[in-house]
Amino acid sequence: MVEAEALFPVVLDDVSVYRKQTRVLGPLNIRFEQTGCTVLMGPNGAGKTTFLRLLHGLVRPREGKVVWALPPEQTYARQSFVFQTPIVMRRTVQDNIAYPLIVRGAGKRQGRQQADEWIDRVGLAHVAHKDAGVISGGERQKLALARALITAPDVLFLDEPSTNLDGASTRDIEALIQAVVRDGTRVFLATHDLGQARRLADNILFIHHGAILEHAECDAFFDHPATPEARSFLRGDILL
Amino acid sequence: MDSLLAGLWAAIELVVTLDPDLVEITLRSLQVTVTAVVIAAFIGLPLGAWLTLTRFRLRRVTVAVLNALMGLPPVVVGLVLYVLLSRAGPFGVLDLLFTPTAMVIAQIVIVTPIVASLCHQATRELWFLYHDLLISMNTTKWQRIRTLLWDGRRALLTAVLTGFGRAIGEVGAIMIVGGNIDHVTRVLTTAIALEVGKGDFALALGLGLVLIALAVLINLAIHSLSRTEKEGTW
Repeated sequence: MVEAEALFPVVLDDVSVYRKQTRVLGPLNIRFEQTGCTVLMGPNGAGKTTFLRLLHGLVRPREGKVVWALPPEQTYARQSFVFQTPIVMRRTVQDNIAYPLIVRGAGKRQGRQQADEWIDRVGLAHVAHKDAGVISGGERQKLALARALITAPDVLFLDEPSTNLDGASTRDIEALIQAVVRDGTRVFLATHDLGQARRLADNILFIHHGAILEHAECDAFFDHPATPEARSFLRGDILL
Repeated sequence: MDSLLAGLWAAIELVVTLDPDLVEITLRSLQVTVTAVVIAAFIGLPLGAWLTLTRFRLRRVTVAVLNALMGLPPVVVGLVLYVLLSRAGPFGVLDLLFTPTAMVIAQIVIVTPIVASLCHQATRELWFLYHDLLISMNTTKWQRIRTLLWDGRRALLTAVLTGFGRAIGEVGAIMIVGGNIDHVTRVLTTAIALEVGKGDFALALGLGLVLIALAVLINLAIHSLSRTEKEGTW
């Protein structure tokens, strides 16, 4: 068993991502250590989702490279991703959550047993045996989070995980995220929600037009934003 | 109208009396068709899902050809197989011509492109939905194929039943390679063709009604067993 720390640091070396001929992200030069929760902030279209997908290997850079401390096949197997629009598979809630374990070789019974534990933790017991297609948006988000956490990932990517949730569900989800961070999981989370960022972040990455404008400790970012764009964003101004 | 009524009456009489000839050719129809459809499903379903997941140079052409093969003329299939299986042909030594096996082969050739093409369409939509998730989970290609086939099972059931419908009603190819030999290769469709040739329209209609009832019953049974219309299922 390789320790979680072995995955880090991850280094982005002069990385740029293009969509056709347009650079949507970069050039990025940054290094992340095995510490807590990094929250990505920025207006719509800033590149937050692309940044998460880049780290997870779902997007390949055209220039530069993303280097984890372990080879890619070991790295990505120890990560989980919760997408902005939860992807639910055409099976029951229980089988959705058990799926990652089953593809990793666990038996169906063992997978379902562990899924039941997560179903209780995220409060989906009342829909556990329903087809996932009939559950609400908030329940889908919880399902996606439980499915991401069931493998006990070393790194968790969350793309606006509470977009579809009401206040109570958001609180539950945030409590879960705080718990997994305490347990040693490295979290990268993209959000527009300033309150959520304050509650969860150890450090903030502020992105605008595909470039990192700030990377600061949470309190420092909110109390003394260094760039005019970050100050405008925190004031609630519209950033163009 | 009289012919239709006579046909209906003939069909009822044949079924109620469990006419031995009718039972024999019905069972042979089912045996040939079910065997062919099961084999076609084993080939066509993974092939369709594989085409969804795999990028290669001639992929678009392959998919276009597969779609075109859905309309493969059965008579041409029968003719080509006849040439291949006849004594002078390359597979003549197998002595398969005018046997139920030859009929199964003909139906596999006709049904496989239908199953594969419909499977490709169904799994392509599902792959669009699952793409990020399954890549994110580091799944192997075989796991992706299995997942698409399992989660798309209801659409794929329709694909297989479409193949079954095409096969059970097929006459051109199996007439040529089977020969419509009494007690050997006669099935419902070839028997109907024979009765029409003899001018016995009532019996032909009766057999036709039995054929339709059989197809409907099998579809209903499979849909019922797989609970496709149950509320809250995909």
